[in-house]
Formats: sequence, C-alpha cells, structure tokens
Amino acid sequence: MKDGALTALAGYFAMMSLLAIGGANSAVPEMQRVAVEVEHWMSARQFADTFAIAQLTPGPNVIIVTLIGYHVAGLPGALVATFAMCGPTCVFAFYVGHAWERFKDAPWRAAVQAGLLPISIGLIAASAFVVASAAAHNLAAVAVVLGTALLTHATRLNPLWIFAVAALLGLAGLI
Amino acid sequence: MPETASAPSSSSPPASPAPTLPELFVAFALIALCGFGGVLAWSRRMLVEERRWMTAPEFDDAYALCQFLPGPNVVNLSVVFGRRIRGLPGAAVALVGLIGPPFLVVTLIGFAYARLGETAALQRMLAGIAAAAAGLVLGTCAKMARPLRKDRLGLLVVLMTFASVGVMRGPIYAALAGLVPLSTAIAWVRR
Repeated sequence: MKDGALTALAGYFAMMSLLAIGGANSAVPEMQRVAVEVEHWMSARQFADTFAIAQLTPGPNVIIVTLIGYHVAGLPGALVATFAMCGPTCVFAFYVGHAWERFKDAPWRAAVQAGLLPISIGLIAASAFVVASAAAHNLAAVAVVLGTALLTHATRLNPLWIFAVAALLGLAGLI
Repeated sequence: MPETASAPSSSSPPASPAPTLPELFVAFALIALCGFGGVLAWSRRMLVEERRWMTAPEFDDAYALCQFLPGPNVVNLSVVFGRRIRGLPGAAVALVGLIGPPFLVVTLIGFAYARLGETAALQRMLAGIAAAAAGLVLGTCAKMARPLRKDRLGLLVVLMTFASVGVMRGPIYAALAGLVPLSTAIAWVRR
C-alpha cells in the first residue's frame, strides 16, 4: 500500500512538474483533483489547510507538494513528492534552458512564449477559484478572500500581515 | 524596467567575483527562508542588489526564461543560475540551498499538523488563513492579467483554460493538449 502510494506520488508530481506552466501554483487545481477527487488522500478541507500552510511557510510555492507527500506517506512521501516535482523540470532547465537561450530572437519562440502567457494566467485563475471555493464558506470568508485580493493587487503589503489578521479573525470565530 | 532604472546600484555591472559553492548555497537558502509569499522579489534583491552576481538586465533575461520553462519558476532560476556560475555542481548546490531549508521547515509543520490539525482553535485560524491565501492568489492573478486587458483572444484563452481546469475540473494534460497548440497558433498568426 505504502509503496503504491510512493509510486503514485512520484508519477503524478513528475507529470505536473512538466505541465505547471507559469509556476507551481498553476498545478494546484490538478493537485487538488488528484489528492481529493481521484486518490482520496485527503478531504477538501485538509487540502485547503495544506495550501494555506504552504503559502504561510517561507520558501518557494512548490513546497505544497512536500506537505502533500508527508500527509500521504510520511517523510519518504515528502522526499519522493519533492524530488518528483522538482526533478524533471530541473533536468529540463539544465539542458534545454541553455539551448533555448540561443533562439532568443526566433519568431517561433516569441509565438510560443506569447501563447503560453494566457494559459498560465488561466491556470492561476483556476487555482484561485479552486482554493477560494473551498475557503469561502461564509460571507466573512468571502470578504477576506476579496479584501486580500484587492490589497495584493493594489499595494505591496507583506502578505504575512494579512495572514496574521485573517488568522485572528478565524480564531475569533468570524470565518 | 522602470523600477530598476531608478536604483543606480542595480544597473551597474556586477562588482563581485563569481561565488563559490558554499556562497551559492547560503545565498539560495536565504532567498528561500526570507521569501514569504513570493520568492522572486527576494531572489532579485539577493542576486542583483546585495551580492551583485548578476546585473538587472541579466536577471530579467534569466527570469523570463525560467517563467517560460515549465515547473516552479524559482527552482528553475536556481538551476539556470547555478549552472551558469559553476556548472553541474553549481546547479545542484543552488537547488539544494533553495529547497532544503524550506523542506525541513515544512516537514516539521506537516508533523505538527498531523497531530494538532483537528484542534478547534487551529482549525479556525487555518480557515482564516486559507481565505487570505486564496485571495493572495486571486490578487496575483489579476496583476498578471493586466497586460491582457485589451487582448480579446488572449482573454478568451484565459477563460477557456480557467473553465476547463478550474470549473469543469478536467485533468491538466487534457486541457493543455488542446489549449497550448491553439494559443501558440493564435500568437503565431498575430505575430
């Protein structure tokens, strides 16, 4: 069972590693789909918690996969998930990134780059939608989602302050 | 970049010699541990302004490449930068510096969550943070979408990606298999 879980973690995250156009957060809807709906590794609320903890923890957004791996199979799961999510893209960056630079001015490269931009935005929007629909279970929570989005969009406020206020509102039972 | 043009220190050429492997490790570990809610700003500050290992245009170039490569952007940046400086060992050291420390922190948190995650007080706090975290992604997305405001076809692709992955919850590979060629073709025709 545990070996099966490790193999599944490795397979899913290696695939996402190469499909996360626009960064780790682009793969969040796929992570949720796999972890909650397909493999039933965790409940929707646990996934929302995991996402929140990953955003709160210092470091690149990709460490959400470490938490998912840990939840599924302890320390080995955390290691396997992290390696699987970073490995393929790192090999790609190491070899292809170099060659790719030589085509910097090629028109086809510009087209691919321009074509991927709206897709990465659509994927991030899907991430926002997926985590927001799990988190926004009452009016106060909706207000926090929208208020944070507005502050992030309009100011350069450190998100930690927003998280602190939101945690206090939650503790007070308002969310 | 207007923000770099106003800071004279960042547009001058790198003043420091190429970093050693331990220096590379420490720099990326600091980038990871200081980078709450977005590591990009910190990596720029560290590599361009503090250590002066890259000029601002070099950084922008490298970052544009890493954003375009699939997978976590800053992870790609560590590999591309580490390789440029010290080849394979440089890439490996920068990567471990970036991922290693947060890995330890987050594993400890995962351990604590497995034991305390169902505590009522913690549940309430996490519910609040989850709402804020969702808002953070939404706000970031709105920022990213700004350049597409007047691009109807681009917005259509955004909408189709959003609908297939976010609303219909289809698998990401199926959505991308259709949308990447479509979007690239649109960009090619309008070039």
